[in-house]
Amino acid sequence: MSEPFEPRIVAFLCNWCSYAGADNAGIARMKSPPNVLPIRVMCSGRVSPEMILRAFRAGADGVLVLGCHIGDCHYISGNHRTAKRIPLLRNLLAYVGIHPDRLRLDWVSSAEAPKFAQVTAEFVETVRALGPIKKELGL
Amino acid sequence: MMDAGRHPNITLLTYSEVEAVSGYVGNFTVRIRKRARSVDEEKCTGCGLCQEKCPTKVVDTAYEAGMGKRKAIYRPFSQAIPNIPVIDRENCLFFTKGRCKLCEKVCPAGAIDYNQQDQLLDVQVGAVVVATGYGMWDPRKLPQYSYGLSPNIITGLQFERLVSAGGPTGGHIVTAEGKKPERVAIIHCVGSRDVNAHPYCSRFCCMYSLKHAHQVRDHTGAQVYQFYMDMRAFGKAYEEFYERVQEEGVIFVRGRGAEVEVLPDGKLRVKGEDADLGRLVSVDVDMVILASAIEPQPDADRVAAIFGLGRTPDGWFAEAHPKLRPAETATAGIFLAGCCQGPRDIPDTVSHADAAAMQVVRLFNQGEVTISPTVAVVDEAKCVGCGECILACPYSAIARNLRGKAEVNPALCQGCGTCVATCPSHAIAGLHFTDEQIVAQIEGLL
Repeated sequence: MSEPFEPRIVAFLCNWCSYAGADNAGIARMKSPPNVLPIRVMCSGRVSPEMILRAFRAGADGVLVLGCHIGDCHYISGNHRTAKRIPLLRNLLAYVGIHPDRLRLDWVSSAEAPKFAQVTAEFVETVRALGPIKKELGL
Repeated sequence: MMDAGRHPNITLLTYSEVEAVSGYVGNFTVRIRKRARSVDEEKCTGCGLCQEKCPTKVVDTAYEAGMGKRKAIYRPFSQAIPNIPVIDRENCLFFTKGRCKLCEKVCPAGAIDYNQQDQLLDVQVGAVVVATGYGMWDPRKLPQYSYGLSPNIITGLQFERLVSAGGPTGGHIVTAEGKKPERVAIIHCVGSRDVNAHPYCSRFCCMYSLKHAHQVRDHTGAQVYQFYMDMRAFGKAYEEFYERVQEEGVIFVRGRGAEVEVLPDGKLRVKGEDADLGRLVSVDVDMVILASAIEPQPDADRVAAIFGLGRTPDGWFAEAHPKLRPAETATAGIFLAGCCQGPRDIPDTVSHADAAAMQVVRLFNQGEVTISPTVAVVDEAKCVGCGECILACPYSAIARNLRGKAEVNPALCQGCGTCVATCPSHAIAGLHFTDEQIVAQIEGLL
């Protein structure tokens, strides 16, 4: 009997909103799934499509990008780029055989600790239902 | 306040509003609208004659909390700094009907200026402390407290006017009928700790309600019924005061006051649950004091937008870190002090303000600003000069140099990395967040 599938998820967290939101979720002792492996970036606009693909190539079952709400970007408009890039990349993922739902973009401000816990928990369940990425890619 | 008004290094701009802020730490430009008070500040001596002679009386909803009146030319309160009156143009006879001008006639200094206009000032400052305070939640929003239905149902702030020697009754605690109350109910947590109003604790009402109970006992000897859920006597010497008020014979009812009913004879019936007895109680009183909630200022949205402040879900301005950086904001050079960041009592506000002031002193004393080393650098060997990064940069920190290559000005670069992710040639690296570093993190995590 093999181990039950536990998805491993790379989360790119903006330093100013979702990273602080994750911190606040911890301070408030909220539960968030341990499957989410955070990588701090200064802005969600720093997350290039290559980085997301590199994460999938390294074996991530899902990639989560969390940024500031539109209008609240610490860098004025960095997240506008993210808002354009991620939906485009989601469309392209299907071409390489990766289910688009394995990539999720959401906006979580530093004050939204409960939303951080909720979004991460939801995404883990989405990816859990999709199964291991290696199986999907036939590896 | 008086010391601040006299200090040579402090310019007080009262009756003024910030309209816009631009720049960055050490170099802010603040546009301030100095509203026309219709009184020349240079000439006015503060004698108060205009205020005395003005024929128009207006209910003062600000300082007197609706309990007293002021004139149409007035100082907000008697110790106001600066000691210069303002004409309330909405109520002044001259501004509404074009006649009167009595204040101009009586002013010995010739300071009245009906034609004064708002002034726009652009001020250069190095740091900003936002200390905009709190607003009062309106108890009419929860109709079970019947606020507004009887003049004897008042808020804590209104009681403060009643008990003040300079207030409308000269400090006598009397009902609207002018009689000494025999029984008084004080209801805690009106609008606070309530999912139907504000879920948070307004924090200082427990202590002022205990003070009010003490004052009612002391001044009138009336029986006081205090409806509370939890007594949050959290500060130094606060618990001792709570015990003292208990010894003074105040009746404490553990349980939120559920309803105030105005009886046909004008008496007030307060109903609630006494959780200690495990049963419903009701008491008829002459006066009800509601410890109503505080909430963010009504214009907090606008202020947050002007200063680029974050908000917590309950609407208070967000500090940089809830435990470690309580007086700073996410924007360097902008600090918070007092209740605009969350409910706090006077000692805590003073500490918070001291902290904010010290942050400013520290910033200025250094004389220079340390910027983060997290900036973008261009590898000119790879850059083809396409200019995508120039379009992507939110700070206009990138320009083409003489060689036609992109060049980052590190003083302007804030390190967001948007250009790094945009560059089609991989010619820009965001220091401390390079592609190699992030990929190493991804591989290390997986």
